[in-house]
Amino acid sequence: METLTNTPKLADRAYNIRRNALRMGEVQGQGYIAQALDISDVLAVAYFHAMRYRPEDPSWEERDRFLLSNGHYAIALYAALIEAGIVPEEELETYGSDESRLPMSGMASYTPGMEMSGGSLGLGLSIAVGMGLGLKRKKSEARVYTLFSDGELDEGSVWEAIQSAGHYKLDNLIGIVDVNNQQADGPSTQVMAFEPLVEKLQAFGWFVQRIDGNDLDAVLTAFDAAKSHPEPKPRMIVADTLMGKGVPFLEQREKNHFLRVEQHEWQLALAALEAGRQA
Amino acid sequence: MKTVRSAPQPGKPRLTTSAMIASIAAEGQKTKPAPFGHALVELARSRPDVVGMTADLGKYTDLHIFAKEFPDRYYQMGMAEQLLFGAASGLAAEGFMPFATTYAVFASRRAYDFIHQTIAEEDRNVKIVCALPGLTSGYGPSHQAAEDLALFRAMPNMTVIDPCDAHEIEQLVPAIAAHHGPVYMRLLRGQVPVVLDEYDYKFELGKAKLIRDGKDVLIISSGIMTMRALEAVQVLKNDGVDAAVLHVPTIKPLDAETILREAGKSGRLVIVAENHTTIGGLGEAVAALLMRSGVHPPFRQIALPDKFLDAGALPTLHDRYGISTAEVARQIKQWL
Repeated sequence: METLTNTPKLADRAYNIRRNALRMGEVQGQGYIAQALDISDVLAVAYFHAMRYRPEDPSWEERDRFLLSNGHYAIALYAALIEAGIVPEEELETYGSDESRLPMSGMASYTPGMEMSGGSLGLGLSIAVGMGLGLKRKKSEARVYTLFSDGELDEGSVWEAIQSAGHYKLDNLIGIVDVNNQQADGPSTQVMAFEPLVEKLQAFGWFVQRIDGNDLDAVLTAFDAAKSHPEPKPRMIVADTLMGKGVPFLEQREKNHFLRVEQHEWQLALAALEAGRQA
Repeated sequence: MKTVRSAPQPGKPRLTTSAMIASIAAEGQKTKPAPFGHALVELARSRPDVVGMTADLGKYTDLHIFAKEFPDRYYQMGMAEQLLFGAASGLAAEGFMPFATTYAVFASRRAYDFIHQTIAEEDRNVKIVCALPGLTSGYGPSHQAAEDLALFRAMPNMTVIDPCDAHEIEQLVPAIAAHHGPVYMRLLRGQVPVVLDEYDYKFELGKAKLIRDGKDVLIISSGIMTMRALEAVQVLKNDGVDAAVLHVPTIKPLDAETILREAGKSGRLVIVAENHTTIGGLGEAVAALLMRSGVHPPFRQIALPDKFLDAGALPTLHDRYGISTAEVARQIKQWL
């Protein structure tokens, strides 16, 4: 497993993504920071191991596409785009402010490297199906990665897209569903029962892996398997994650869908993140 | 408590609802089959980026003609309109030009957010082509898209088109392909009347065209109501009324210059006739334009009422709601 030697480096990437996200959260004093922390390991593997792209040319035709369906995770994706050199680091301080290219909810026309306008939940996989069909028409080797949330599983359109991706055997699609078990009104499994998720997705014709989305080795192995799987099927990574991952006092905070963090806590959060890294 | 309608009187002869897609062609009228399907095939021969997509309504939107000619460029998305338009956005993002078809009710009401967010907001080059516009089905509100123009007019970036006949549909398919950006087009399918060929008409995107001039009345119309207006003109002529017809196939962006020029000519009653609810369609668009511009002719609207329309036979319903030829002529005479 030659790729596993990359893991320490990926840990640095994940740390930097979390740090960027916390610094943006501080600008607004609140936000979807707990989700950013939970998905940072997935983004680190996506942007620094799995995907092909050119930081200086975000529209490069041969790039892998990354669709952020859950637009409120934009803070996490901006953190990754900054770490990837697609968005300049100094723009971090403009997050969610007037004239910023980094709005609170991700939009394609605002930000380099943002492929879709999310926010209205349940859109991403449908766009991915069209992109997957289009890339096959062009005989492109590029893949379409789509990140969406467990709450989006409540949307009927998500299942329309899942069904059609199976129908068209879109093996160039890699979906990542963030199962952090938290949506606006409470724990996702209580808001609307979506399990058994793996079996459902398999029944729709997908190659499915379920992993600990905060275990970098597991994430890396899952992305590699999703890319190399031989069957002509779309691929899904079900990533169980921990809200607030990396900052213990945020991990423990309840009702953390939209976190309000006191001003003095941001430095504490950054310090806790740093402490966790050294541990 | 649930209330239902009274049972019909026995013994009275009645027209039947007929098929979901009842023909709007009058008996003996000149028609062409599937003008959209054939025009799209013609376009696709020179435009390899054109793809066809539908949500289980290929046959009912004349897209089957395209599917037969270009099976590998045709995407059946199943009975899933949200997916249809999201996937159309994805194909457009990859450089293709999808013509995505369904019924007007499903595009405007069920998939509105998908069109708004994935197509219009991102200015994707998707052509949305929808059958059963306004009141062209006797199936009741489930299939009657009385408010589609209002909804799509309200969407930024969207071009909105309501063609009159087969002659116009043939011309507008290449015209909307030449325009980069999202377009919503009302579709007439099956055996489609041919009307405008006799008037030396040429479709231009964004242009209103004076089909015939007249000194007493100016009828501003779109879609099948231009056909009805031209028929009503003949009825009015017998009563000594000289009516002009200004056809406005592009509802958005509106051709303000031509409308203001014609409506500004003094001495004419201005009537807007549309196959759409009185709310938010061509009538209110023209009314607002006239008000904003300080042009104040006497003004009347011929349009569908703000109510859930009945099921039944189309000729009956067009009479009932005032958009048949006879009713158009009758209302105009009454206003003079």
